[in-house]
Amino acid sequence: MKTNSKLSVYVHQRDCITPLGFGIEKNIEKIEQGISAIHLHESKQLSPTPFYGAMINPSVLSYRFSETKIEGTFSRLEQMMLLSAKSIKKDFGKFFNKRCGLIISSTKGNIDALEKGDISTYYLHQLAQKVGRELGIENEPIVLSNACVSGLMAISVAKRMIHAGKYDHVLLIAGDIFSKFVFSGFQSFQAVANEPCRPYDENRAGITLGEAAASMFVSKDKNVFKDVNCFEVLGEGSINDANHISGPSRTGEGLYRSVLSALKEAGMEATEIDSISAHGTATNYNDEMEAQAFNRLKLDKVPLYSLKGYFGHTLGAAGLLETVIALEFASRNSVPQSIGYEKHGVTLPLNVTKNVLQQEVNVILKTASGFGGSNTAVIFKKCVNHEE
Amino acid sequence: MKNNIVKYCNIKNNEVFLDGKSIFHDEEKLDFNEFIKKVYKNFEMEYPKFYKMDPLCKLAVAGSSILLDQFEEVDSEMAVILSNKSSCIDIDIVHQASISEGNEGYASPANFVYTLPNIALGEISIKYKLRSENSFFIFEDFNPDFLIDYTTSLIGLKKTNQVMCGWVEIFKNEYNAFLFIVKAEKGITFNKENLLKLI
Amino acid sequence: MEELKKELKEKIIEALNLEDMSIEDINDTDMLFEEGLGLDSIDALELIIILDKDYGIKLTDSKEGKKIFQSIETMAQYISENRTK
Repeated sequence: MKTNSKLSVYVHQRDCITPLGFGIEKNIEKIEQGISAIHLHESKQLSPTPFYGAMINPSVLSYRFSETKIEGTFSRLEQMMLLSAKSIKKDFGKFFNKRCGLIISSTKGNIDALEKGDISTYYLHQLAQKVGRELGIENEPIVLSNACVSGLMAISVAKRMIHAGKYDHVLLIAGDIFSKFVFSGFQSFQAVANEPCRPYDENRAGITLGEAAASMFVSKDKNVFKDVNCFEVLGEGSINDANHISGPSRTGEGLYRSVLSALKEAGMEATEIDSISAHGTATNYNDEMEAQAFNRLKLDKVPLYSLKGYFGHTLGAAGLLETVIALEFASRNSVPQSIGYEKHGVTLPLNVTKNVLQQEVNVILKTASGFGGSNTAVIFKKCVNHEE
Repeated sequence: MKNNIVKYCNIKNNEVFLDGKSIFHDEEKLDFNEFIKKVYKNFEMEYPKFYKMDPLCKLAVAGSSILLDQFEEVDSEMAVILSNKSSCIDIDIVHQASISEGNEGYASPANFVYTLPNIALGEISIKYKLRSENSFFIFEDFNPDFLIDYTTSLIGLKKTNQVMCGWVEIFKNEYNAFLFIVKAEKGITFNKENLLKLI
Repeated sequence: MEELKKELKEKIIEALNLEDMSIEDINDTDMLFEEGLGLDSIDALELIIILDKDYGIKLTDSKEGKKIFQSIETMAQYISENRTK
């Protein structure tokens, strides 16, 4: 089997479930109004003291899931994933055949099961198989568990599997839940802010944890589908920092090389990028590392934002959720505001958006970074003249 | 030239194999932690960070070392693609226990940092200075079809010209590591049949 | 103070997985970070946990931490002055 590197890959329908709303429209509406999903919570189950976080209302989730009339017992995360894929299943379900792959991205899956001492539902492949079966996708799911780049790296993996000739289409679903398991860990790192997170800001003090699920349908076909919103995946790269397992490279080496790899594959210059949906977790080190990398790439003047001020850090979902939002804004020739940012707080310049911008956006760079020195960069371009 | 398996390593049943030949065997029925420490000492890995690692990282780093220390130089762009079934379950259970009620609830940063399976990729990348493509996948069983498709695509798209792939599975004292290097050099034909024979 | 220093050495060896090291290998004035024992940022966070869990001292300023964790000597000094457990 040969790989055909001239083959293009297109992003078609996308959707998401977040504390801001169920469905992409609701989310865009709230973001345009500068509304964040981050609130102060009190839950002794999750933390001994009150904390800021972005969590989906459990009653709303239950209710919305019951509306689907899906039979059987599904975990919280499985419900979120199925709900996020609902509209894609409705519109593209007829393509869920042997030529359609399924990629599930999650860092910890059903980690809440461990608390109950239940190992049986711990396994990520089981979660993926359950979700795949319910959606009617017959191929064995691919599960990507690669820290906080998982949601974005899945797009690369889908593209590579299409290039390999294994699939014509791929359904991507990414999700992670807010858990004591993860929250306590970040608390032990002293990495949790005691106010809503402030990416790139001088007074940033760490992350806010969140939860979400997002879905995306990608295909080698551009014109078979009558959607008007497609984007081409021009290039991507995922290069490790090789520096420290939890701290990023001070020079942003891995991120820098990931973007270079994506640009090289896309056959384009950095100057052609219209907006950047960056990672921006609001930790001291991450944001500084991104500033280093983006300056090395001469991307310091391109409108740049982090969506973590709206959703918190949604871990395995982040890369895909934030891409879904980024592409939706781009399709409206708009760039969202990077909320939480007031005073520039990294040592090098970045054009962090203080308001929603209305401008032509054709080429979007999305980046993510994660523990283990992982980095991923993907470049998207708006499809022009979509033929009916 | 086609991509072939140029070198491979197995760690299972208290034994270490390189290219199919047993190079270390521990007769005592040790638990995994004792066994892997013996492997570390036997092959003089001299990497004190090893002791801080969780079982998955110890297994992945030990296997990678046995494979990569065979080469004078390791290409810093060699991609690393690992997979398993149980993610990093052992350290997850430890972390969960440390935060559950009845225990004063002090999470340990040294444990938490390992509660992601791709940390194994990070440890390997740091040790061998690999600034390269790497990803961690989860499957119910060793999935040779996927590894072949994905690796071939990575090389075909010119993201790299060699890949270290593997299955690194461990849960308590049940473990199986199979790591192999794929590149366009003489070696064993890189196909499903052979991978299933070598694991 | 000697008892506390010995206790600290034991705790550090155990919590930081300093295998193949015994308390005799750690001198009171050895640098813990950079040279000396070569501990890193995760180890520093573990030491902060030990301070809280075993001695009832909550440390949130990492700059203060750098001074306190210079050596066993400086750690023992700080703990004996500030411990609540």
